[in-house]
Amino acid sequence: MSAVRDLDGWETVVGLEVHCELRTQTKLFCGCRNAFGDEPNTNVCPVCLGLPGSLPVLNRRAVEYAMRIGLALHCQVQPSVFHRKNYFYPDMPKDYQISQYDAPINVGGWLELPSGKRVGIVRAHLEEDTGKTTHVGGGGRIHEAAHSLVDYNRAGVPLVEIVSQPDIRGPQEAREYVEELRAILVATGASDGKMEEGSLRVDCNVSVRPVGSGTLGPRCEIKNLNSLRSLARAVSYEAARQVEVLAQGGEVAQETRHWDEQEGRTYSMRSKEEAYDYRYFPEPDLVALQPSPDWVESVRRSLPALPAERREEVARAAGVPVSSEAVATVVRLGLDGLVRAAVSAGADANLALRRLANEVAAGLEDHGPPDAGAFARLVQMEAGGELTPAQARAVLRLLMEQGGDPAGIAERLGYQALAADALAQVLDQVVGAHPREWERYCAGDDRLAGFFIGKVKAATAGQADLRAATTLLQQRRATA
Amino acid sequence: MSSPSAAELAARVRRGEVTATSVLEEHLARVAAREPEVHAFCLVTEDLARAQAAEVDRRVAAGVDPGPLAGVPVALKDLLCTKGIPTTCCSRILAGWRPPYDATVVRRLAAAGAVMVGKTNMDEFAMGSSTEHSAFGPTRNPRDLSRVPGGSSGGSAAAVAAGFAPLALGSDTGGSVRQPAALCGVVGAKPTYGLVSRFGLVAFASSLDQVGPFAANVADAALALDVISGHDEADSTSLPGEPPKASAKLGLGVEGVRVGVIAELAEAEGIAPDVARRLREAADALASAGAKVEEISVPALRYALSAYYLIAPAEASSNLARYDGVRYGLREQRADMTETYIATRSAGFGPEVKRRVMLGTYALSAGYYDAYYGKAQKVRTLIIRGFEEAYRSCDVLLSPTSPTTAFALGAKTADPLSMYMSDICTIPSNLAGHPAVSVPFGTGDDGLPVGAQVLAPALGEAEMFQVAAALERLAPAPAPATGAER
Repeated sequence: MSAVRDLDGWETVVGLEVHCELRTQTKLFCGCRNAFGDEPNTNVCPVCLGLPGSLPVLNRRAVEYAMRIGLALHCQVQPSVFHRKNYFYPDMPKDYQISQYDAPINVGGWLELPSGKRVGIVRAHLEEDTGKTTHVGGGGRIHEAAHSLVDYNRAGVPLVEIVSQPDIRGPQEAREYVEELRAILVATGASDGKMEEGSLRVDCNVSVRPVGSGTLGPRCEIKNLNSLRSLARAVSYEAARQVEVLAQGGEVAQETRHWDEQEGRTYSMRSKEEAYDYRYFPEPDLVALQPSPDWVESVRRSLPALPAERREEVARAAGVPVSSEAVATVVRLGLDGLVRAAVSAGADANLALRRLANEVAAGLEDHGPPDAGAFARLVQMEAGGELTPAQARAVLRLLMEQGGDPAGIAERLGYQALAADALAQVLDQVVGAHPREWERYCAGDDRLAGFFIGKVKAATAGQADLRAATTLLQQRRATA
Repeated sequence: MSSPSAAELAARVRRGEVTATSVLEEHLARVAAREPEVHAFCLVTEDLARAQAAEVDRRVAAGVDPGPLAGVPVALKDLLCTKGIPTTCCSRILAGWRPPYDATVVRRLAAAGAVMVGKTNMDEFAMGSSTEHSAFGPTRNPRDLSRVPGGSSGGSAAAVAAGFAPLALGSDTGGSVRQPAALCGVVGAKPTYGLVSRFGLVAFASSLDQVGPFAANVADAALALDVISGHDEADSTSLPGEPPKASAKLGLGVEGVRVGVIAELAEAEGIAPDVARRLREAADALASAGAKVEEISVPALRYALSAYYLIAPAEASSNLARYDGVRYGLREQRADMTETYIATRSAGFGPEVKRRVMLGTYALSAGYYDAYYGKAQKVRTLIIRGFEEAYRSCDVLLSPTSPTTAFALGAKTADPLSMYMSDICTIPSNLAGHPAVSVPFGTGDDGLPVGAQVLAPALGEAEMFQVAAALERLAPAPAPATGAER
């Protein structure tokens, strides 16, 4: 079967379920450390091991983080209850997971993508994580493994599961959604957003339908997506697979499928043991969770500016559309503080945005961002014509590499300060020294513009802003 | 009973008149004499008890008050976690398991100076009404060895009845403290849900389970409850604030107290005529002591047993899932994970536990939840409302504790339904989360003890024990402990 099939006439519909580990000091229902990468089975106690007689006690901080996430996603925070989700698995100490079912803490919100599109959020509920099973031998698959090792350090770590509406269209948008969600989660302080450590885990529901159709096709849930790249590849593959099935007159079975990163394809996970009935019922060891309106409000007030608001602020300051890529880049990389610094120093926000989205963004691979004050001064120097764009870029590179003051760096590099009035003086001299050429230029011989700019360049040893010089030359002729 | 009360023992130990060690040895001697025929314990912890008694004596000698239960021997139902000491719930599946921690109630007893004499026998995971469903074999009723002691906390009831310990703790999910108390002729109480911490109580049905005391008299039961009650931050369902003092009103009498005799339980089908007669006598005695006694109807109670046998097994099916052989207890190793689960649970659980796990799993299954578990929860709400209504005109309610006196061993093991009927009078309090206490009130035609049950609204322990103490004073002379002679 060809993995890449022309999807013309078909629309890919995606809904995402993102599990986010909360950055609490301790687990959801006990005082054990919540930490990644510790020696296996060291952060455990009777509660998270589910020993007989132990009881869960809800972590207040986890509830606060869950509310931060919900409020950041414009959800309604509501009274909620915990349920038990019953199924047998060795990494689940109690053989049930404490989760939320029909009364989750957050319901009904939305997330705005950088493109401006809003994706609906169905719910964002609290639950405990399971332990981690490692199958030894047999290629790491459970059925062929010689034995399995279980690490319960992760058992009981607080999770918030964020369920989107099937509003996402295609692999690229799925990726944008997760990137935006990750930025929001990190901004709220609730998560470190590390997909590679499993603190952000994505399951996706994919279906296809003829373009223009208002109904949803049967969906497949895809598990084991460990990176944004896997997510996008899996959505592409799965949509193509479903279109192929339909094109051959078949029906798409609603099922859970496993993404195989090596082979770049999804596999059906269906087996007879997998027909789970989770037998949800209200967790009798916990009481209903009813955050007071005051608590909810204080959490709402403590939220920092979120990516969408920050994009709006940057776009407004720079006078560009909020959906522009530069704005998204600058906010994604957390560089919008530098735009703000440039603006408050009186520098050109648009120029600042361009330098940040291009040179600074590229330089971040190797260096930290430049000092905000120094960056603002640099933008002013460039805008004022003291530095050519090329010079400004060179100074900016050094600012990021070594720090320091832009004027000092420019001087060290021999970039003469050539302010607008200095440039005007040079141009006066050049014009005065070549009266005949000036006369021809004034008569309409535009080719002579190059002649004068060349002379300016020579007279300033290449340090003049030639675009500014051209503008000055044209102005001079217009007023001659 | 000829033995001094727990309160009296503690007072003598605190004053240095007797040593905790001598009190303990006296009780251990009784254990040595009668335990082989009664089998109240699955484990006697003599060494621990002697060490604890010696520590109490050291404190007294040093002028430090060991607490209100100084030197009082206490027996603990084997589903209360005891640090480093086997805690099995009398199930093969927990064979050899030693908890790394003490239950909150165990810590509170120890902090009050009590001495732990042993872990008592019980129906496996507290599922039963006769203590015959124990992996360690049945307990016998000390008053008649051919009879059951009731259950599931039959070992604790028998331990107190046989004089092995003046106090014992049990757990009551549907009557598992009160019913054996009635059958053994001792006092047994189920407190308001949330009054006593469940931390370290191995769960049967979490929304119904409550730890309760057994004692030979009402005052001792109230004293024990006052020691173990109170908020515990390790139990989220533990009630906040100061607990009511159960022993606050013991001597007040019942002048003007409004007592409602529950029509649905007083003479219902299945209530033996001799038990019903004793209950009428109890009501009359209270009336002649100045109480305002009336009959009152709580119609929703008719559905209590059915609701209970959906809710309790449903919660149990989930609570008992963790016994899978992966982390502790029995493991029957097989070729793969699923086979190991099946083999372990098949070998580890007894038939009554399996029956309830299956009932509960079914009740929670997709498509059946609303019809069974959901509806049972609605009945629960109706029962709570019914009691609320009754408590508008009554301060406490009265009913038999058990429909019959102690029945013969083996009489009901083949018929689970008739066994389930044993709890018909006790279950409503668990569903409502209300307190209730069983107090001996004379004997039946067979000469065996009858228990009267006093029910009270949530946190009404003081008034409940006030009426129970009056019944104790008004009761016909107690039957002699005949078991020893048989």
